[in-house]
Amino acid sequence: MTPVIELTDLGKQFDTDPPVDALADVNLRVDSGDWLAIVGPSGSGKSTLLNIIGCLDSHSTGSYRFDGIEVADLSDRQRAGLRCRGIGFVFQSFHLLSQRSVTENVMLSEVYRKAPWRDRKARAEEALEKVGLQHRATFMPTRLSGGERQRVAIARALMGSPRLLLCDEPTGNLDSATTGAVLELFAELNRQGMTIVMITHEHDVADRAGRKVRIVDGRLTETPL
Amino acid sequence: MRKDVLAAPIRAVRRLRRRGPTSTNGNPIDSPLVRPSGMGPRDLVNEAVAGLFARPGRTILTVLGTVIGLAALVATLGLSRTAGNRIVGRFDELAATEVVVTPKPSAASSATQTLPWDAPERLSRLNGVVAVGNMTILKLDGRLVASSVISDPQNPTAFKLTVAAASPGLFAAVRADLNTGRILDAGDSNRSERVAVLGPTAAQRLGITRIDQLPAITIGDDIYLVIGILDGVARQADLLGAVIIPEGTARTYYRLDSPGQVVIETAIGAAQLISGQVPNALRPDNPRSLKVVSPPEPQRVRDNVKNDLNLLFLILGAVSLLVGAIGIANVTLVSVIERTGEIGLRRAIGASRRHIAQQFLIESSAMGFVGGVLGASLGTLVVVGVSAYQSWTPVLDPGVPFLAPVIGGLTGLVSGAYPAIRASRLAPVDALRSGT
Repeated sequence: MTPVIELTDLGKQFDTDPPVDALADVNLRVDSGDWLAIVGPSGSGKSTLLNIIGCLDSHSTGSYRFDGIEVADLSDRQRAGLRCRGIGFVFQSFHLLSQRSVTENVMLSEVYRKAPWRDRKARAEEALEKVGLQHRATFMPTRLSGGERQRVAIARALMGSPRLLLCDEPTGNLDSATTGAVLELFAELNRQGMTIVMITHEHDVADRAGRKVRIVDGRLTETPL
Repeated sequence: MRKDVLAAPIRAVRRLRRRGPTSTNGNPIDSPLVRPSGMGPRDLVNEAVAGLFARPGRTILTVLGTVIGLAALVATLGLSRTAGNRIVGRFDELAATEVVVTPKPSAASSATQTLPWDAPERLSRLNGVVAVGNMTILKLDGRLVASSVISDPQNPTAFKLTVAAASPGLFAAVRADLNTGRILDAGDSNRSERVAVLGPTAAQRLGITRIDQLPAITIGDDIYLVIGILDGVARQADLLGAVIIPEGTARTYYRLDSPGQVVIETAIGAAQLISGQVPNALRPDNPRSLKVVSPPEPQRVRDNVKNDLNLLFLILGAVSLLVGAIGIANVTLVSVIERTGEIGLRRAIGASRRHIAQQFLIESSAMGFVGGVLGASLGTLVVVGVSAYQSWTPVLDPGVPFLAPVIGGLTGLVSGAYPAIRASRLAPVDALRSGT
């Protein structure tokens, strides 16, 4: 079976003077149904790796295959297509549009997918149901708690059934109680077969994941549980 | 240098390789995952409208500059057309169809007569001449006009009145209205009859109101029979207070050399043409000896009005449009900075750089377009309002109100170009990390 993510000897240099190796010799394989946490101190190359995995940035050397597709060979527009169909993003600061209702925020997920308008609302409500927020569908995001906002963001990421849920510090803005609830949601989604890659600097959050890799100075080491 | 020349083809080849059906790495090109992302038309409109209404107050203030600019332009164009129409309208048909020919003063001093007696016959052959007649104010050398032969020193009955000699066509050429009796005809002139037609003021002064008792007047010592009284004349107001006698009579008894002037009524629009032809028709030997007075060309007046009135307002409109454009550019730029997080999110959920640029361009053009619609409406209202206040007929080129939104949209498009490029160049990662 093709792995969802396969990084082979991947490197990333920044064109500064002198050139900086943000990532070097990264080898990583994430199979379907994995829940992987990437931990590391700030400045270690975590976000660079996240950008490359999320197809928001290109790598310099080595190979990155997403679902068997070599990302380096894709055009900018094809990468955009891959982002909107293959990857669901969850961010630390939620990135909900404050002028739109919860349902409309979730519906935003389909805007760049050329998806039909028919049943879009129903699909959004279905995604909200998965995160347990169907009773908040008509609310504005400003009236929601932090945990609820993050769950709306997760619902948006889930809409359209992506191959990968890519999370950047998903609990960074949450208190410990809501952190627990959101992690429980991730665990549930993972049990249903969702592949999750999560970047965090909190070790207790990372411990919930099935696998944990450490990144220090652009080099990756897998820590056995 | 060589490297630069080759750079473009190399890039093109690379692009081809990426899109080519056989990838070097054996990518499954038909995978639905790598289909380029895109937006349906409804999503495009929906996102742009949502962007505009996210901060309605600010959008309205931003649009205001364009509204004022385009309103000023539309109002200026409309009012100038309206005012131009009004001034052309004031050239009533009467003034526009009158041509008067007189000998030039220098030529008159020479012994030769300058206007021929048969001027009416010559000119009536010209196409466009409706009526034509000779009119000559006679030199009376102190002779008075009286309606009574009795001289009463206490109550003078003799007056100093104008006596004019008229060819039969003159009455039609000046649009004389007859009150009573008849006008002078060709027979009166040919026979040099001593008959007269009185202008209304002259009739009043002489105390003659009716002609059924065959009233007579004296001019000097000569007796003339009054055969008609005029009600009024449309041109040559001198005739209102004049005693008018036949041309032939004047030639016989006053030794008239030549007609004093020729009055022509032309068809509407023919005045310019006729006035050009008259000198050659009357004096082919010396056309320059004649002075032809014709109405000024209407076109020139309209041009003058345009130049005087409009330049300032057009500049004003252009300046406000420029200010409006800068306003749109500024607000769009602020909006790009504010919405950095949203831009990052959109990139993450599948927007390409082009989609981001497109969205901001549509928003700024929509602002300009809405400004154009409002400005055109406002400008039209101003034209109608001013016209109503001044009792003018509002005239507006129908293209103007429809052109205004197009100009507004283009203004918005140009204004939004730089912010849109900035937005599309934002690195999605930094944008996402920026919060909000």
